[in-house]
Amino acid sequence: MRFPALARRRWGAFALAATVVFAAAASGCSSNSNGSNSPKASDTGPVTLSWWHNRDQDPAKGVWQSVADAYTKAHPNVTFKISPTQNEALKTKVPVALQSSDPPSIFQQWGGGAEATQAQSGKLMDMTDTVKPWISSLGNSAALWQANGKQYGIPYDLHVVGFWYRTDLFTQAGISAPPKTLDDFNADIAKLKTAGITPIAVGSKDKWPDAFWWSYFSLRECSQDTIKSMVKDLKMTDPCWVKAGQDLATFLGSKPFQNAFLGTPAQQGAGSSAGLVANGKAAMELQGDWDLPTMIPLATDKNYASKLGWFPFPDITGAPGTPGAALGGGDGFSCSSKAGPSCPDFLKYLSSTEVQTKLVQTSTATLPANPAAISAITDPTLKVVQTYLSGAPFIQLYYDQALPTAVGNALNDAIANFFAGQGSPQGIVDAFAKAVSNQ
Amino acid sequence: MTTTDSTGRVATPATTVRTRAGRAPARPARRRTSIAKRLELLLLLAPAMIMFIGFVLAPIAAAVYYGFYKWTGFSPRVPFGFGNYKRALHDTVFLHGLGHNLIIAVLSVALQLPLSIAIALLLNRRIPGRAVLRLVVFAPYVLSEAITAVVWLLMLQPDGLVDHSLRAIGLGSLVQQWLANTHIVLYTLFIVITWKYIGFGVILLLAGLQNVPVELHEAAAIDGASSWQVTRRIVLPLLGPTIRIWIFLSIIGSLQLFDLVWIMTGGGPANASDTMATYLLEHGFTSYQFGYGSAVAVILFLVCFAFALLYQRFALRRDTEGALTRIVG
Repeated sequence: MRFPALARRRWGAFALAATVVFAAAASGCSSNSNGSNSPKASDTGPVTLSWWHNRDQDPAKGVWQSVADAYTKAHPNVTFKISPTQNEALKTKVPVALQSSDPPSIFQQWGGGAEATQAQSGKLMDMTDTVKPWISSLGNSAALWQANGKQYGIPYDLHVVGFWYRTDLFTQAGISAPPKTLDDFNADIAKLKTAGITPIAVGSKDKWPDAFWWSYFSLRECSQDTIKSMVKDLKMTDPCWVKAGQDLATFLGSKPFQNAFLGTPAQQGAGSSAGLVANGKAAMELQGDWDLPTMIPLATDKNYASKLGWFPFPDITGAPGTPGAALGGGDGFSCSSKAGPSCPDFLKYLSSTEVQTKLVQTSTATLPANPAAISAITDPTLKVVQTYLSGAPFIQLYYDQALPTAVGNALNDAIANFFAGQGSPQGIVDAFAKAVSNQ
Repeated sequence: MTTTDSTGRVATPATTVRTRAGRAPARPARRRTSIAKRLELLLLLAPAMIMFIGFVLAPIAAAVYYGFYKWTGFSPRVPFGFGNYKRALHDTVFLHGLGHNLIIAVLSVALQLPLSIAIALLLNRRIPGRAVLRLVVFAPYVLSEAITAVVWLLMLQPDGLVDHSLRAIGLGSLVQQWLANTHIVLYTLFIVITWKYIGFGVILLLAGLQNVPVELHEAAAIDGASSWQVTRRIVLPLLGPTIRIWIFLSIIGSLQLFDLVWIMTGGGPANASDTMATYLLEHGFTSYQFGYGSAVAVILFLVCFAFALLYQRFALRRDTEGALTRIVG
């Protein structure tokens, strides 16, 4: 669900004010008119692949087009019908298309629980056997695009959540190095406050930035096995989940955020959390790696990037969580079951070192899925992010993506309410359990 | 039914007579003409009927159907009886959302209406710059809801234009966390809604005022009525039909409130500004609970439909006498 930058604009959703009612009708009215993607399509016959991706702005839009053109050049029988679609619009278009008999051949896929939900439709291609020879070249990250042990999607880039901070404001507050432990972190917040600087910006209006905080506390308080079994069995029985909420409560008690943070959007305008950091109004923000490009249109100081540094969520001394465990995710693509063998072959091409390097060089991907393309990263701060990601003992997919969508959303809601002073650490766990039982 | 009836009467005077009789027409010798007329009706009505059935009735039927299932949109549909309805009616977030809709509706009638009437009466007088003032009042209504919402969202940020303006005129103590305070956010939204829609009410009422005969004003003046008496005894009663229509539109609009809220707050913080429609999108669509979302959609539909029927039956009856009340009532 996280999204590079420009696309993550909730208000774009107004265009989708279409209600469930309308969607239901639309799906009911869809006809099976396009026979081009027959299941028998082979690599030799002419094939048209319809491709829905969310990079609707140049340069990324043009990059995807050129990648498709290059593939067609090498495989003249394969042509593409590309539909670049605004991110929020895509999120509603894909489910509707998957209810029809004519879903796109290739479409944006964020993996995890949403992918598993979509796979229930039987319209996602199981690529497990097809990609077996080469999928290991992507490392462990490809596992995030598995559901029930089957590979339904292939990533093209990865994301990781951590702190983007202003080196100038840290220096001003007398902080010489980014914090390693929660105690250091709290001390730094106190120093920033003393210096009259807003320590942290958060975009609570959008809810998911709140969820990053609780998620990271849970990554520190819960062991890897506990987290994995929670995602699998949908049970938060271990006391570590409540402990995560208690840690968060203590942290919120130190009032580290900007004024009126509950109404602050994450990425929209100079008053957004990204804008506050970009313009030096707050010292740091817990956000994904996409925060750097997100700030471009929001920053008045065009040299903002040189003033930014990055550090991972601090460890909690003595807590049972795996130190250095990271919260993240990425972008990828799924094939519909009728797309034919050209589709996974094209995704293999997207994962190649050649294309991955191009994606990094053109900033289409910040952190490439294929480790062979890492050397193409030039921004020094992003190199720090990539090094951390490469060395992380494990990466937990954002919970709202890893869990079944309804459960993930309910968890985000409960965490957001907690930020607004409602509920309790136990209440977050209860809301989760209630959403599971409502499934 | 209504459409057929009224259109029929407009199209063919002969049909009017029969409809007035309230009975099926006795087939006369002019059967051929009748068939031709029916064909004509069919042809003319078909496009509208197809749209109406395809995009209004069929989705309603589909929503009712899906509302009885547990369904992610992808999974097999599991029959769930009234489970989705029970869940919605026991969910405090949904009930609060409904409450917020009602608060907005009540506030609209209680505050926007008097304000609209006052502005309309003012702009109906011969005052300098009247045309410009009318334009200014009406301008926000022309803006799309999305643009209105984004602009206000930015203006209402802490230390944004609103805060600065208040401080500049010495009202700094009134500055609030407009969109972040759970006790205030709904009323902030109401102010934005008022800003956006007041022009619509004013224009509607101005049009209504043009229908107040000048003779009545003159007669009242001759009888020595004061300006207030003229307004109270003549203008307002004659504005009745316009006011009743405005109330109808306003309440239906309040019940369906979505765009502004969704963009400005997403229903937050902590669901303090949720409405039925934002709840529907969030819990139905973005959570892949299409069965549950359909049930919520049906509840929203029933609330609006029940209000519309009751209001037409009791409030609009006189205004629309002879149109649809004959059939409804």
